[in-house]
Amino acid sequence: MQKTLTVRSLSEMDRFAKQIAAHLFPGAIIGLKGELGSGKTTLTKYLARHLGIQETVNSPTFTILKDYRGLLPLYHMDVYRLEGIGYDYELDDFIYGQGVSVIEWFPYISEMLPEHILEIEILGQNDQVRTIHVKGEGPYETIVQTLSD
Amino acid sequence: MLTLGVESSCDETSVSVVRDGKTVLSNVVLSQIDIHQAYGGVVPEIASREHVKGITYVFDQAMKQAQVQYQDIDLIAVTEGPGLIGSLLIGVNAAKVVAMNYGIPLVGVHHIAGHIYANNIEHDMEFPLLALVVSGGHTELVLMNDHYEFEKLGETQDDAVGEAYDKIARVLGLPYPGGPQVDKRAKEGKPVLDFPRPMIDSKDFNFSFSGLKSHVINLHHNMVQRHEEIIVDDFCASFQDAITDVLVKKTLEASKQYDVKQVIVAGGVAANKGLREKMSKTITHVPVYFPHIKYCTDNAAMIAVAGTFQYLKTHQASDMYLNGSSRLDLTLGA
Repeated sequence: MQKTLTVRSLSEMDRFAKQIAAHLFPGAIIGLKGELGSGKTTLTKYLARHLGIQETVNSPTFTILKDYRGLLPLYHMDVYRLEGIGYDYELDDFIYGQGVSVIEWFPYISEMLPEHILEIEILGQNDQVRTIHVKGEGPYETIVQTLSD
Repeated sequence: MLTLGVESSCDETSVSVVRDGKTVLSNVVLSQIDIHQAYGGVVPEIASREHVKGITYVFDQAMKQAQVQYQDIDLIAVTEGPGLIGSLLIGVNAAKVVAMNYGIPLVGVHHIAGHIYANNIEHDMEFPLLALVVSGGHTELVLMNDHYEFEKLGETQDDAVGEAYDKIARVLGLPYPGGPQVDKRAKEGKPVLDFPRPMIDSKDFNFSFSGLKSHVINLHHNMVQRHEEIIVDDFCASFQDAITDVLVKKTLEASKQYDVKQVIVAGGVAANKGLREKMSKTITHVPVYFPHIKYCTDNAAMIAVAGTFQYLKTHQASDMYLNGSSRLDLTLGA
């Protein structure tokens, strides 16, 4: 199932994150796609807040993975640097673990991901309005179904 | 007191012997930079494998150069995190083996505490002290009222300084690691491009560099499309000017607000010449210290120093369940 939404402001991005967070479950995987400055980390910050995480969520690029404790554990990954490498066994324990994985630039490691994940693509940069494509099958279908502008 | 330090959080395998948290008897660093250069950044799995290959050699060299025996060591300090989880585990496990075999107390050290304590090698720390921690993975202002008391005043809300440097360098076609390259080119250029100084007037001590990074990348992209001439030196100079303006201003304000006795700059980006110059020129009411260049990048001497003070303060050793952690709270440090 697929849906396309429009997000015009940070508060609308927050509302979008809230709708998604409400239906997340242990082991859920969210793949994020979008150019530099499109708002992948911003979306992750809001998701984290709705998962009850109080700490600052900032870029995981350097260590590739940062883990946080909330209502569910959150594993925030940025796999930008794995382009052309495609696999890193160190991430396995997290992706197939009991927390929520949010993976920025997920297409770079698509071969190590399970069949179903929730795919979110953000189009638009800087001050522009964002168009968000959300795609999810199997356990993720309900999440996509309940989304509304 | 002899402390053996072990560091393997990223792409340097390092072991060091330090006396009394001050005198470095040995500091052996095996760098993997050449190996990761081809990928434009550190690849975690490759890093772990290289640590495994090098760690025994590095231990042997550090002991040999310090001319001490394991029986002489009073404490083992190892980086517990934050860092690449698989890399951290190599150092942690090697440290545990030696600790268990010789019955030496073991402490897990926060990597950033290590960077801060690198300063103690050349200048005794005086409190209250303000530390600006800037590296590939960190940008934060930390206040210390005494040894091993860390209070985070603010931190980056998105990208770390070193990360922004690396990404800009990549766009400008400069080789990895990008930080030193941008610093070098900045010296040749003029800060003629008007780049934003994010959060420079915010009333807190937080930072944000993602917007600046996007701005630089977008401008570069647009100029390429319009076939305009790109003067890399000027891009570097302008970017460096913007980023150091923010770092220096916030550090100055924090140093006054908390009435500190000294300011120290720590982490890999502390090696940046532009930052060193601006910081020393702007902050003149208290001493500003930078670690020697060899103690700015990751090394085990700084971990040994921090571990020594941590143990003296807490008298607590870790047990054999000590594990690596990708993220670790500095303020819970000890």
